[in-house]
Order: sequence, then structure tokens, then C-alpha cells
Amino acid sequence: MAQVSLRKIIKAYEGGVQAVKGIDLDIEDHEFVVLVGPSGCGKSTTLRMIAGLEEITSGDIAIGGTVVNDIPPRDRDIAMVFQNYALYPHMSVYDNMAFGLTLRKFPKAEIDRRVKEAGRILDITPLLDRKPKALSGGQRQRVAMGRAIVRDPKVFLFDEPLSNLDAKLRVQMRTEIKKVHQTVKTTTIYVTHDQVEAMTLADRVVVMNHGVIEQVGPPQELYHHPATRFVAGFIGSPAMNFIPARLEEMSGALRLTLSNGQTLEVPDARTARYRAHAGKPVLFGIRPEHLTDDKPTDKTNPAPVTLTPEVIEPMGMETLAHFKLDGAEISARLDPATPAAVGEPLRLIAHMDQMHLIDPSNDKVL
Amino acid sequence: MAADGTLAVPTAAGAGSGRANTLQRFARRRSTIAFLMTLPLLVVVVGLVGYPAAYGIYLSTLNRRMTGFMEGDWLPTGLGNFEILFDSDTFWMVVWQSCIFAITAVLLKALIGFWLAHMLHHIPTKGQRKWRGMLLVPWVIPPALSTLGWWWMFDPSYSSINWILNIFAVPAVPWLGEPWWARASVIIVNVWYGAPFFMIMYLAALKSVPEQLYEAAAIDGATSWQRLRYVTLPMMANIISITVLFSLIVTFANYDIVRVLTNGGPRDLTHVFASYAFQVGILSSNIPRGAAVSLFMFPILAVCAFFVLRGVTRRNKEQM
Repeated sequence: MAQVSLRKIIKAYEGGVQAVKGIDLDIEDHEFVVLVGPSGCGKSTTLRMIAGLEEITSGDIAIGGTVVNDIPPRDRDIAMVFQNYALYPHMSVYDNMAFGLTLRKFPKAEIDRRVKEAGRILDITPLLDRKPKALSGGQRQRVAMGRAIVRDPKVFLFDEPLSNLDAKLRVQMRTEIKKVHQTVKTTTIYVTHDQVEAMTLADRVVVMNHGVIEQVGPPQELYHHPATRFVAGFIGSPAMNFIPARLEEMSGALRLTLSNGQTLEVPDARTARYRAHAGKPVLFGIRPEHLTDDKPTDKTNPAPVTLTPEVIEPMGMETLAHFKLDGAEISARLDPATPAAVGEPLRLIAHMDQMHLIDPSNDKVL
Repeated sequence: MAADGTLAVPTAAGAGSGRANTLQRFARRRSTIAFLMTLPLLVVVVGLVGYPAAYGIYLSTLNRRMTGFMEGDWLPTGLGNFEILFDSDTFWMVVWQSCIFAITAVLLKALIGFWLAHMLHHIPTKGQRKWRGMLLVPWVIPPALSTLGWWWMFDPSYSSINWILNIFAVPAVPWLGEPWWARASVIIVNVWYGAPFFMIMYLAALKSVPEQLYEAAAIDGATSWQRLRYVTLPMMANIISITVLFSLIVTFANYDIVRVLTNGGPRDLTHVFASYAFQVGILSSNIPRGAAVSLFMFPILAVCAFFVLRGVTRRNKEQM
């Protein structure tokens, strides 16, 4: 069993700067958890504290029920994959993978069995005699993963493992990592700044910002029910639109009034939730994929909006249109067949059943 | 651009301009330009190294009065000086002493330098500069000058080291009077002078080992000793071997420390190649034999250099 739990973890550097500001997190056995956030949000520091490579200023980290605060990395029974692979350049692929087992005095036959098994899983058997220098980036990444797998540790830690790969290889290796986790089922903590990696890999995503956890949840939950403006804006690409608006009540129904005077009806199902904020300024959050061209839809509560595109980006399978309204950048995903042109008003549909309202005073999603 | 590194220059190939074109092409070849640019250095190297070396070889073949080639009993004419050296007990003692001196001193310098570099590497950057500067002092003082200081400290009557030893009730040591103490003294001074060079080279090498390799090793289960053994040393192998080779050459050819400290005494028991060559060649006015003595270093160092550089090339191919 290898749950990992973090209790009130604080990491402060000299001068009092806090990189991690008292986070709590429970990771279940066999779970794949991704820590995601912009650079400097404290995600890598958190991972390194779990690994034992950084000291904890205060709080407790437990792996498999044992508090490991004062236990050195080698005795925590973890394996880590680094961003730049950190392979030993003077050792062959085989020796790189066997190193941890040799140090732990495993029998030779057992080491050989495990290295060959990992080589088979990762499809690097023909490379076992080579030195890291003779490998491509993707192959080195596999070896780094192999080094972690052979140890059969309680927890895998991944620190931005795909950042050094090109876009195509990144997608391929992402799938590999998911496959490996499905095979070996070890508890995994994975750090990335790429929300696509987070969404595709994770059982649960932990969104961090400025040293605190903004939200924890399965990818779909974060996408559909973000808790804060930060999460709403961070998860999803292109990012969610935030449009300044005013929430008004008219004979029992709620509606949003945009700065250009256009109004959007709030679905009845949301009325009770939002009523307390009637009469106040709010941020209207809507994802580009929920702001589409005006055509018949099976979605409920479509609300028409007319905006003038500033930039049109045809992507092939879709077209992105960018607008500006009251200082807010807005993007919409259009059907490529839509005859949109820069400078000509375009009628769009906002799918109000996918809307979000954000209280600008505390950036919480209502 | 052609595969051989030449630039293809489109020229009007007229009948009269053929020779000019060839010259132009020759001048534009990359290798020609490279050669011309290194020429000044080559001239200096040939003038200051090649010529004296060749002249040294020529000198070693002459007789004492330098009127003709030195004849030998069982070696051909011209190698007579070497024959005399082979038959000389003093010379073999010098060979043996030179080896002991160079190997012991280089080994100690390497160990102390490595230890110092490690200590410095773990001092925070702020304090490191100060210590680095202080530890480099022995290396930047001209050795003849600092050796005079040591000579004073080893002096039989005024030795400050003996004075300190006496405080702790340890009897005075005849530093430069007894053969083994004299040999040790020469080695101590050489180590004191040379260790900072090793320290600075190893410090640079230590700084170039990526931190993540240590982190990976720590997670793999390595103790600090195992990290040193399996990460630091292999990663530094090239710098270590090149520094050792360089120091071996310089230490083998050391002259000033022996000359100032013991002048080869007592009874020629601390002579090394260079000081013995000076004694035979200049002080005893037998320049050809002195040249023959100094030429002896060459094959020994050439063998060392061959093996060290072969290892460096092999590691470079594998790792870089």
C-alpha cells in the first residue's frame, strides 16, 4: 500500500519567501495524480519535498502511512524521472537501469530479470548495451522510466518528464506513460505545466498557483466545474473567456448585461444559485467551444451575441475567431465553413448551460 | 560547400587566369586559412621547443669537449654518454629518486587537491571566493621564493617547525640533513606548491557535474561515499587524468625546489633529473652528458602521456 499524504506542507526559503504555503493533499494507492500550474507555483518544490531532495520547512509527508520528513531519499522507496533524464553518462543503458538494484544488493539474476522485463515493457531491449550518448531524446526518456520501473518502488515521481521532447514525441510518450501506469499500477505523482498532459494522464489533477492548491479533482470535474477563476482560465485551451458583465433580475428571471448593452438570459436551472448576486458586477466565463457560430443546436439555452472579429485563425478542423469587448479578449470556436471576416459583425451563440459566473471580488466561481 | 571543407568559388575560367585561379582557390581553402592563422604559434613552438629538443639530442651525442661524437664501448659511437650513465650508480639513484619524488608528490597533490576542492565545493558561493583565493596563494608565489621560506623553516639551527615540535616535546627533526627527511621535505614543499593547482582544476570539474545526477543517485539508493565512487569520480575521470599527466610532467622536470632546498644533497640523495642534469652539465662542465641525463625523462613521460591520453579519448567518444 502506498498512499501519499501531505499535511500543512510549507517550504520557505532564506529571506522568508514561501514557495509552498501550507498544502494538504491525499493521494490514494495506485492513483495517478498530476500537479499542474504555471512556473513558480510550487509544484516542483512539492514533488522534490516528497522525494526528499528538498527539506520541509514545516508539515508532514507520509508515504504508505510512515512519516518520511527525516528519512533520506534512498530510504523512501520512491523512484523519480527527471526533466533532463539525469542518466549516468558513463554507464550503459543496462547499468543505468540496474544501478539502483545493484546498490540495494539484489541478486544478479533478479537484476537481470527486472532490467530485461522493463526493457521489454518500454521497447528498449536492443539499446541495453548502448551509452546514453548514443540515444535519442525519446529513448533516453524511456531509459529514465525504465530506471524507475525496475526498482518497483512505492511511488513514481515524474518532474516535467516530457518538457525536453519535441511536440510529436511528447504526445507519443504521454501515451507510453499512461500505458506503463496501466501495466504497473504504481502510485504516481507527475508534475507538469502543460494542462493537456495533466488532463490526459491524471486520475486526479491538482491545480497549484502561488504555492497553494487551487483545486483538486478529476480532469472532467476541473473542466466543467472549476472552483476559481484561475482554474477556469488554466484548464482548457484556448483559455476560458472572462467577460465583464452585470447580473440583473427582471420579473424573476436573471440575465447578464454586457458592456455593449447586449443581454444574455441565464438558464432557469441556475437562477437559484446566482440570485444572491443580482445587481452586482460579475465576470461571465464561457469557454471558446461554448461560444460558437449561430446554427441550429441541440444544446439548451442558446443565447445570441453579436461581436466583430479582430483576428481569424483557420485551424483546419475548426476556425478560431478573436474579439475584444470592454478590454476583455474573447475567442470563439467556429465551424470552418462559417463565412467570418475581420471587421464584419458576426452573430454567435453562447451556450448558457455551460456558463460560469465569477465574483470579481474574490475570483471564486459562483 | 564541398564535403572537404572547401568553398566552391565560381570563377571565369579564362586561359590566362588559370594560375591565378588556382592560387585564389588555395588561399580560400579553409585548411590553408587555418594553417596561416596558426603559423605564428607554430613558429614559436618550433623555435622554443622543437629546436632546443633537437639541439639537446645532438648535444647528448658529443664528447665532453664537444669536438666530436662520444664513443662507446658496447653502444655505437654517439651514444657513449648514455653508456656511461647506464653504468653509473648515481644516475640510477637519480632515476629512482625522480620516480619516487614525482609519483609521491603527484599522488599527494591529487588527493589533497581533491579533498580541498570537495570542501570548497560545499561552502556556499559567498564564502567560497575568499577561501579559494587564500588556498591559491602557494601556487601564485614564485616557487624559488617560497622555497627559500621553507628552507628557513627547515634550517637546522633556526627551524620554526622544530621549535613548534619542541613545544610538544617532540625531538627536533634533521629536515635537510638526513636523506629520507630531505626527500620528504622536497616532496612536502612540492605538494604545498602544487596542490592548489589540482584543487582549482577539480573544483571546476566538480562544478560541471550536473546536480541532478547526484539527486538521481540519492534516489537510486547511493550513500554519499557511493555517490563519490559512482558519479563524481567517473564524471571527473578526464580532468583527473589530464591534471595528473600535466602535473607528472611538471613535477618530473622540477628543478627550482630541489636546487634551493637541498641542492641535491645530502650526498646526491635528493637529486632529480633536472637538478642532476644541471649539476653534471653546467656545474661539472659536461654539457653533452647533462643533455643525456635530461633526455631520459622523455621516454618515461611519453609512455605515461600515451596511456592517459588514450583513456581520455576513449571516454570522450563514449560520453560526450
